[in-house]
Amino acid sequence: MNFILAAAFLFVLGAAAGIALGRWPAAARLAGYGSAALASLSLLLESLACLLGGASSSLILPGTAALADFSFRLTPFGALFCAPISALGFAASVYAVGYAEEHDDKVSRLVAFYNLFLLGMSFLPAAQNAFSFLLCWEWMTVASFFLVALDHEKSESRRAGYIYFVMSQAGAAFVFALFFLLRAAAGSWEFEAFKAAGPLLPAGAKNALFLLALIGFGTKAGMAPLHLWLPYAHPAAPSHVSALMSGAMIKTGIYGLLLTIFSFLGGGPWWWGAVLLAAAAATSLIGVAYALIENDIKRLLAYCSVENIGVILMGVGAGMLFRAFGREELALLSLSAALYHTVNHALFKGLLFLSAGSVLKAAHTRNIEEMGGLIKRMPLTALCFLIGSMSISALPPFNGFVSEWLTFQALLSGFNLPTMSTRILSLLAAAALALTSGLAAACFVKAFGVAFLALPRIDNARRAVEASVWELSAMGILALGCLGLGLFPGVVLGLLKPAIESLNSGPAAFLPNPLLAPSAADGPYGQALPAALVALAASAAAAAAAAAAAARWIGGPARARRVPTWACGLPELTPRMEYTATAFSKPFRLLFSFIYRPLREVSQECVSSPYFPRNIRYSSKITYLIREKLYRPPLRLFLKVSHMARRLQAGSVNVYLGYLSAAVTALLLLSLWGGWR
Amino acid sequence: MINFAAASAAQPLALILLAPLINGCVKKLKAVLQNRRGASVLQPYWDILKSFRKEEAISETTSWIFRAVPYAVFGATAAACFLVPVAAAAAPFGFAGDLITLVYLLALPRFFTALGGLDAGSAFGGMGSSREVMIASMAEPALIMALFTVGVETGTTQIDAAARILSQGGWTAFSPGAALAFAALFLVLLAECGRLPVDNPATHLELTMVHEAMLLEYSGRSLALIEWASMIKLTLFLTLLANLFLPWGIALEAEAAPLALGVLVYGVKIAALLAVLAVAETSTAKLRLFRVPDFLGAAFVLALLGLLSQGVLRLGL
Repeated sequence: MNFILAAAFLFVLGAAAGIALGRWPAAARLAGYGSAALASLSLLLESLACLLGGASSSLILPGTAALADFSFRLTPFGALFCAPISALGFAASVYAVGYAEEHDDKVSRLVAFYNLFLLGMSFLPAAQNAFSFLLCWEWMTVASFFLVALDHEKSESRRAGYIYFVMSQAGAAFVFALFFLLRAAAGSWEFEAFKAAGPLLPAGAKNALFLLALIGFGTKAGMAPLHLWLPYAHPAAPSHVSALMSGAMIKTGIYGLLLTIFSFLGGGPWWWGAVLLAAAAATSLIGVAYALIENDIKRLLAYCSVENIGVILMGVGAGMLFRAFGREELALLSLSAALYHTVNHALFKGLLFLSAGSVLKAAHTRNIEEMGGLIKRMPLTALCFLIGSMSISALPPFNGFVSEWLTFQALLSGFNLPTMSTRILSLLAAAALALTSGLAAACFVKAFGVAFLALPRIDNARRAVEASVWELSAMGILALGCLGLGLFPGVVLGLLKPAIESLNSGPAAFLPNPLLAPSAADGPYGQALPAALVALAASAAAAAAAAAAAARWIGGPARARRVPTWACGLPELTPRMEYTATAFSKPFRLLFSFIYRPLREVSQECVSSPYFPRNIRYSSKITYLIREKLYRPPLRLFLKVSHMARRLQAGSVNVYLGYLSAAVTALLLLSLWGGWR
Repeated sequence: MINFAAASAAQPLALILLAPLINGCVKKLKAVLQNRRGASVLQPYWDILKSFRKEEAISETTSWIFRAVPYAVFGATAAACFLVPVAAAAAPFGFAGDLITLVYLLALPRFFTALGGLDAGSAFGGMGSSREVMIASMAEPALIMALFTVGVETGTTQIDAAARILSQGGWTAFSPGAALAFAALFLVLLAECGRLPVDNPATHLELTMVHEAMLLEYSGRSLALIEWASMIKLTLFLTLLANLFLPWGIALEAEAAPLALGVLVYGVKIAALLAVLAVAETSTAKLRLFRVPDFLGAAFVLALLGLLSQGVLRLGL
């Protein structure tokens, strides 16, 4: 059976069902998302089969004479990206059957564009020529634009959609230029021809192509400072779409970048890796810095995606450095770190966005300062969010730990590099990663602690109820994935092997040890076995509990007593006494005030003495430096020029006729001048 | 002939069981330095036992997280002990993790303690959590950098292998990078274990406390487990300082004589480090909270310089 063909058919069927059943929202959801889930499942099976060594089925639609065929076939490298995309697609579709009743007023549009978006995104890694790739690329972008701008009545959504569309298309321009140049060099649209012709290009051309790829794919991936669209677009879309955009779509940027650099251009000089590593370090720090002080839960997660893209790119950058200096085994270590984190991020960020979506649906707010106490009202959702938080904070035994461990090993191995500057760069990147992971843990203590623990702060949060079975089962699948990929890293590394081999178009000497221990002769290698850690910690905790029980048995029975929290002498604890998210992140606002440039305004209304205020108003906001300093000035210039250009449009027909005749005269003169020469 | 595996398996248990004693020694030394008599060095054991037998009061506001925290904290901290060599250069469960794993195993208790602080809903707990994560997010990178200095020097992140290589290297373990990293790790110890000048373990003065503020709602055996875990953490840090930066004398073979020497030398090194800790704590005043980042920034820069100098000096330009 041709799974790829089946998937394409099911996606189209889902979109059609969404449109046809628009009057019966429940049926449209079930049919549309069910179809998307089946399609994703079949693609997931196909990709796993491909990674396990099976031959992939292919889908080729004949094109017109001028253009190439539409050719889709999974290579192991493509399958490695297709697998997390379709796994997350499956979970998000199951989730949406229950969740998307929130958006039942626009069910047709949502279901149709959702299916089309998934179609474009999951077929992208299977594309085998530039034409199919670009088609999927644009398909994915345009369909997701309609999903971001779904709530187009809200000016916030329109603005998010607009920023997203403009930046995506600007990025796409670079991707188009890249592929057209490669087409010109290779004489064919086929990727196989690119792979043959690319490495033979002169160095200058390669550098230009690298920069095009960096900007074009970097925009999609959310690399700083091109990440500007991400915190607008991801929160604006419905949560199951946000999960896909944040967990899967930005990975297509990583896919394109890796494909271009390693497959088409065959690696490059060391400064490519250095540029990428520096950009990655900056991306991760910028992402986590803004995530830390964000109180909108979906924007917080979106900023965190920027951070994680930074972590992934660190692995890629280190891999390019090692490749440039001929340290193949270390390049493989770095690439496997990057790819492992890519898969992991899809799982835990999907999980976090889905559980945030359920919270949003239950509490009707995105502001974590208004939530609180949700762990008692939505215990399973809270557990899922906790697992996601622990994974993203790289705490063992979850999957984030494994990939961050690998990334640390890769960057630490940087001291094997022959030149001093690259050694220092690699070690500095390790420092940036260390800082990032410390701040990410702080960020998720805040997100989980303020949103789920203690007392609810608003009535909606007080009335929140547990998510539906559909939502919970989707989150459960992803949570199990986070745990499984954390406990059994050897299995995942085994699947990464064929993918990296197909990226490099050749066999690779590769991580032989299932315990994550690369056994090269030099380099600071170690090993980690998360399952053993769990066993150790669990037995230690059990022993301690037994000791405590024994001690209590000797001392006589003393049961735990439930008492109210001490409220400093006031009658009872109220939510107003709780620490807020803003207060929680206050030390960081002061600590990194050079990034945030916080503005704080306190106004007091007093009767007689300032010690007895009647009313205090406090507001605090931060300045988004990249937006204000990097994007605002050129934008202002652009608007100014447009404004000046508007003077040409006087609105009078006579003037326009004058322009026409002036243009015709100028053209005539030009052609006369050409003839005279 | 002593079974090396058995001897090395005794190490983590010894760390866990002797941690209260080591804590008692610091308290005693500080008392002596302050011209007090101080409690017996065994007092922490009695405190733990007393708390184990006490009734526990749990806030009505809390969820299961609050009750799970002591076990997660104790379990992860105790598991970290299994990765660290003590008197012999062998860690029985070294295959389970290395230096990086150790750092993240120690991050796990912090994550949970901070959540436990928020769970009861009182402002003190939240304040403690907020301060703790701020301090930790600065201390953790410094810790990683300091440990990476050892990793670059020895070419491995396995802790027992690193201790062995350093010990075999003799005086070459004295390098500028290692000295900087040692200083950084000592500063991190002060911050991570809640010692002066970052946090005062002896105070419950509400506006200055950090670690104690998070534990304010804990009582009975939960409190005992968390307190015990923080004692283990202090011991763990002292052991790291002793074995990664002053590696001489650690037992390399499974003979009775080297093992006995290893235990003796370990005792001497820990005693010396305890004396340094007590003097440092007695002679400094607590920092204002917002001066703590400067303190930890210094630790981070020291560790980074150590790492870079190791990367440059050891391997040539």
